[in-house]
Amino acid sequence: MAGLIILAFFVLVAILAPILISPESLDVTKATGERFDPPSLAYPLGTDEDGRSILLLLAYGTRISLTVGLAATLISMVIGTAVGIMAGHFRGAGSHALVGVTDWFLVIPFLPLAIVLATVLGPSTLNLIIVIGITSWAGTARLIRAQTLSIEGRPYIERSKALGAGNWHQMTRHVLPNVFPLVLANTTLTVAIVILSETTLSFLGLGDPLAPSWGAILDSAFSTGAVSQGAWWYVLPPGICVVLVVLAFTLVGRAMERIMEGRT
Amino acid sequence: MSLLQEVAVGEPDPIRPRRVTGPTARIVAGKILRAVVTLAFVVVFNFFLFRLLPGDPIGLYTRGRNMDPEQIAALREELNRPIWEQFFAYIRNPFDPGIDSTRFSQPVWELIGERVWPTVLLLGTAIVIATIVGIWIGIRAGWKPGSRFDKVSTGTTLTLYSMPEFWLGMMLLIVLGVGAFGLPGFFPVGGIASPGVDTSTPAGWLNVLWHMFLPCLTLTLIYLADYSLVMRASLIDERKSEYLMLARAKGLRDVMVRKRHAVPNALLPTITLIFLSLGFVVTGAITVETVFSWPGLGLLTYEALRGPDIPLLQATFLLFSIAVIGANLIAELLYVIIDPRVRQ
Repeated sequence: MAGLIILAFFVLVAILAPILISPESLDVTKATGERFDPPSLAYPLGTDEDGRSILLLLAYGTRISLTVGLAATLISMVIGTAVGIMAGHFRGAGSHALVGVTDWFLVIPFLPLAIVLATVLGPSTLNLIIVIGITSWAGTARLIRAQTLSIEGRPYIERSKALGAGNWHQMTRHVLPNVFPLVLANTTLTVAIVILSETTLSFLGLGDPLAPSWGAILDSAFSTGAVSQGAWWYVLPPGICVVLVVLAFTLVGRAMERIMEGRT
Repeated sequence: MSLLQEVAVGEPDPIRPRRVTGPTARIVAGKILRAVVTLAFVVVFNFFLFRLLPGDPIGLYTRGRNMDPEQIAALREELNRPIWEQFFAYIRNPFDPGIDSTRFSQPVWELIGERVWPTVLLLGTAIVIATIVGIWIGIRAGWKPGSRFDKVSTGTTLTLYSMPEFWLGMMLLIVLGVGAFGLPGFFPVGGIASPGVDTSTPAGWLNVLWHMFLPCLTLTLIYLADYSLVMRASLIDERKSEYLMLARAKGLRDVMVRKRHAVPNALLPTITLIFLSLGFVVTGAITVETVFSWPGLGLLTYEALRGPDIPLLQATFLLFSIAVIGANLIAELLYVIIDPRVRQ
């Protein structure tokens, strides 16, 4: 429940950010504050190296972090579910190949692979979404494949085969609706991991520098020396936002999983 | 991929339920073969991916270096060879000592050799402490789920689990290194030793330990969060087993039931998962070494990517992949040795 409230709050901030805050207040050339001002009434969370309000940066960052998180999760879930169902449904070489690819992605260390891909594609928000999407689907695929295999053993699949249903019909009309609850619970947990991945990649400078997410804010804090200046107000808030959102998604996902376990 | 998901996903596959029928030797050979194939794919992928780079590859290679036009021409000539010839030249020896870093103007494998030990020292220490403490917390929390200890520890570990590890590092650095909120900065803010300290003397070792404290603390906290959650989940699963009821029916004390019966069985999947999580360990190494300027492979990767220094990036990717694939193989082989059921 607490998880849902936190999420609702952040989604609201993400949607309202451009309405409440004029983009000018984030313009480096029009910044009004001093470099690394500690929190004050005018700047509740202090200022960054260019004198911009960190509170406003955070609000915009919410938009970008959540967008990347949700979009990359969508890619990851679509690939994961499709590969999982197909690997579970078909037999033979094709299925073995899909399982092989899934295993490969499961074994290869995530961050080095994502770094390599992001370097080749170049830094932009869209590329970040693609990189995270195609590196994080393997766990879902394995889970969905296992579930597909157990569903395929049920009598109604046999019945639909006997009635002449093709592969496509069986997969989309019978298997997909049955794995869907599992997909939903897994999605919530995946969002949490994807947002952490986004933060890490942006911190390493692989996001769009003009659309700073929470991770990119931490990157500029780190590379402009906020740490050695002791400017905790620059570092603390973005991290707290990440922790709250990731924790909220994890709690909601775990609660959904528990409900699901009770049902099946 | 995180450990928590692994627990959910890590159940044996219905179709390939660690399906091993033959003698142990064949199982082992099969697993080794699979690791080799996985590795072969990494090498092929590594080669082709960087050939897809947009722009002038030689420009990227030689940027910021003093090179003769002749040398550059030779490099260009190299790229004019048919792609399959280049490919065979690469796969014949990905560890070619002739591959130079573009940023450090030094052979990449020599650079990597210099940076291996700091990483092994830092990660090794963090993993050992995190395993011991994490498993201890997991046992206490998982044996009495819902107890006050469980609530507090699960809340804390879930929060740690939700934290970007480099952020925790930055905060520790500000509070304990630089000094904030009225605390004096006590710990060094980066590096592996103070300048001018000879690290081969006992005083030098102490200096290294002192520098290692904060990065090691950061990694330990992040790793132990995962390990304890896995151990807790595993023990809670084990509590449902009937042999525990039998053990209690025999009149064993609760402590004995836990120590002799439940924990050994719950440890099995946990230890395997710790080995399988080396990929996750690598992530922490890259970002935390960067924050603390710890001169290891993680910082080297960061330097390579900020270049971008393509040959170095290729080499670190290959190395991390080998390490993780190797750890996975060890985990699977350990399982064969420890759990006789796999061999049946």
